[in-house]
Amino acid sequence: MPVKTIRQALQEALVHEMRRDPRVVVIGEDVSGGAGTEGGRDAAGGVLGVTKGLIKEFGESRVIDTPITESAIMGAAAGAAVTGLRPVAELMFSDFLGVCFDQIFNQAAKFRYMFGGKARTPLVIRTMIGAGRSAAAQHSQSPYHIFTSVPGLKVVVPSNAYDAKGLLIQAIRDDDPVVFCEHKLMYDLRTEVPDEAYTIPFGEANVVRDGDDVTVVALARMVHYTMEAAEKLANEGIECEVIDPRTTSPLDEDTILDSVERTGRLVVVDEATPRCSMATDIAALVADKAFAALKAPIRRVTAPHTPVPFAPSLEKLYIPDPERIAAAVREVHGYAR
Amino acid sequence: MTAPITAITLPKWGLTMTEGKVVQWLKQPGASFAKGEELLEIETSKITNVVEADAAGTLTRIVAPEGTTLPIGALLAVIAPADTPAAEIDAFVAQFVVAEPADAAGEDATPVAPRELQVLGRTLRCLELGSGDAMPVLLLHGFGADLNSWMFNQPALCEGRRTLALELPGHGLSSKDVGGGDATFLTDVVEAALTELGAEQVHIVGHSMGGALAVSWASRRPDRIASLTLLAPAGLGPEINGGFIDAFVRASRRREAVEALQLLVHDPTLISRAMVEDFLRYKRLDGVTPALETMARAWFPEGRQAVDLITALRALAMPVQVIWGRDDKIIPVAHAAAAAPSARIHVLEGVGHLPHMEKAGEVNRLIGAMIA
Repeated sequence: MPVKTIRQALQEALVHEMRRDPRVVVIGEDVSGGAGTEGGRDAAGGVLGVTKGLIKEFGESRVIDTPITESAIMGAAAGAAVTGLRPVAELMFSDFLGVCFDQIFNQAAKFRYMFGGKARTPLVIRTMIGAGRSAAAQHSQSPYHIFTSVPGLKVVVPSNAYDAKGLLIQAIRDDDPVVFCEHKLMYDLRTEVPDEAYTIPFGEANVVRDGDDVTVVALARMVHYTMEAAEKLANEGIECEVIDPRTTSPLDEDTILDSVERTGRLVVVDEATPRCSMATDIAALVADKAFAALKAPIRRVTAPHTPVPFAPSLEKLYIPDPERIAAAVREVHGYAR
Repeated sequence: MTAPITAITLPKWGLTMTEGKVVQWLKQPGASFAKGEELLEIETSKITNVVEADAAGTLTRIVAPEGTTLPIGALLAVIAPADTPAAEIDAFVAQFVVAEPADAAGEDATPVAPRELQVLGRTLRCLELGSGDAMPVLLLHGFGADLNSWMFNQPALCEGRRTLALELPGHGLSSKDVGGGDATFLTDVVEAALTELGAEQVHIVGHSMGGALAVSWASRRPDRIASLTLLAPAGLGPEINGGFIDAFVRASRRREAVEALQLLVHDPTLISRAMVEDFLRYKRLDGVTPALETMARAWFPEGRQAVDLITALRALAMPVQVIWGRDDKIIPVAHAAAAAPSARIHVLEGVGHLPHMEKAGEVNRLIGAMIA
């Protein structure tokens, strides 16, 4: 089976769905993909390289460049969705969510409810998350927990190319607004990806590794750091079960709870800040519904409650790493009352 | 000088296997065993299977203890006559060199990957292993399965002959257009595929729906078929587990998939997470669910088998054997009686609907005897 990057997998998903359904359109800043280059349109495939080839095949009416105005992108996309198109809107950095939050939080997310179930809003918002590039506090955040806290939004946080393609196709075919979070350091990660179109259902976690000692739930880039830690810990005789929820809304509670029922120990790894976060949410879920199974306190490995630092040395300390994950697992594994 | 010292090594099962883990030794050092006796269990990322003895002997030393993970070809244990000095065994272990899988494949000069055939306007996959003058073997998988069904069998059958594991439309990575999905259409596909493969006459091994296709084609073209081995074939009675078919076609989530797949085998622990994941990856492809629905409607409407091949089977003149698991929860083992008296019947104890995976060694011996 062919091996592809996350960038290629996302591009394939867009091409599949745009060919399959003429209502699918792409809208955002330089999605035609050549601004600032000498090659003109499509030369770069957009700032993320994901929309490469779309303008040539589908033209300007379906690959829509916008001014640098996120409120306009999200407003236009939400309106288009509720009136019959299936837009895939690009919010380049999820950090910019603040300038278009009304369109997302109070409009798109509420239409179905406010119109008594008669309106559908098949909108996908693709957006970049993640620290690690010294892009400083305004371009490095991972605010998927903020989207997750909004009823009416579905939230996808893929960790590999196979999942990215299947989840993006599912997102485009979904009749509700979906926020699709792409980690900016992961676009070149490769896995086997079928050429065909396929969908991965929302709310179905991926169990990345089987283990009986400690359940570790991780998202996006943290899945890979957790797997590094898990391999190291296996040499010490500690077997981690690594769960990647893939979507934070809906969240596959059963897979997490079933695992903790068996292991009795939970570590949650989250690149986002810790207050009101996915780490906190999952810890609360387990404390609430699987308390009797717990043999040790739940540990969260997260960023600190601060803005993402610019200084590379501080940023490195800010992001959870395999060592910190392994230390947390050892702590809960060795815990004795 | 002395009787030979031989090695038990880690086998390769299937296209993607690179390593295996020793789960359990079923024989201990000092134990003697006959050919075909079970020696140990190996777990791969996909499935756990037993390694059987190629020849009679005495297990002298276990080199790979339980729990170790090793690459394909690695030394697992040493077989030697009882009076072999320990120093000789030490030397054998020390000098053992793991054969590079690349070298082994290099002799064929072609990489082991399925080829694509154009058959009746569709792209079908076929995994071909082996070459030689002996009559080829065609392997036909069952409903919802794929060419990997034969991972334990094809390597054992391909000595001196072509083995052709065809992937039917709607299955695996073959085209998802199954036409009417009925026995006539799929039999047309089998015939056209064999012509495309240049195999004039073949032995056929068919499982479940693939067994029914084997009978269907054999009655159409008896001149092209030398023998039939039918594993829990469809078409020999009206009963089938309709709940399984529904669950199998519907399953899109892991929990549903596990419940459905576990019905296929006697020992549910055989269904590994990787097998479930492979199944889900197949089910998620566009076109698979409609293809399975179409075939299920044609073959198994309302939880009954619509295809009846009893008369066709009894009229066949070529050698036929039927292999069935006693604990088959999909198609009742009692259907085997319909194949008598013309066919030899083998009922395997402690086996469900997948005898070729659950008791691969025994099934391989039965097929081997048929095609010898």
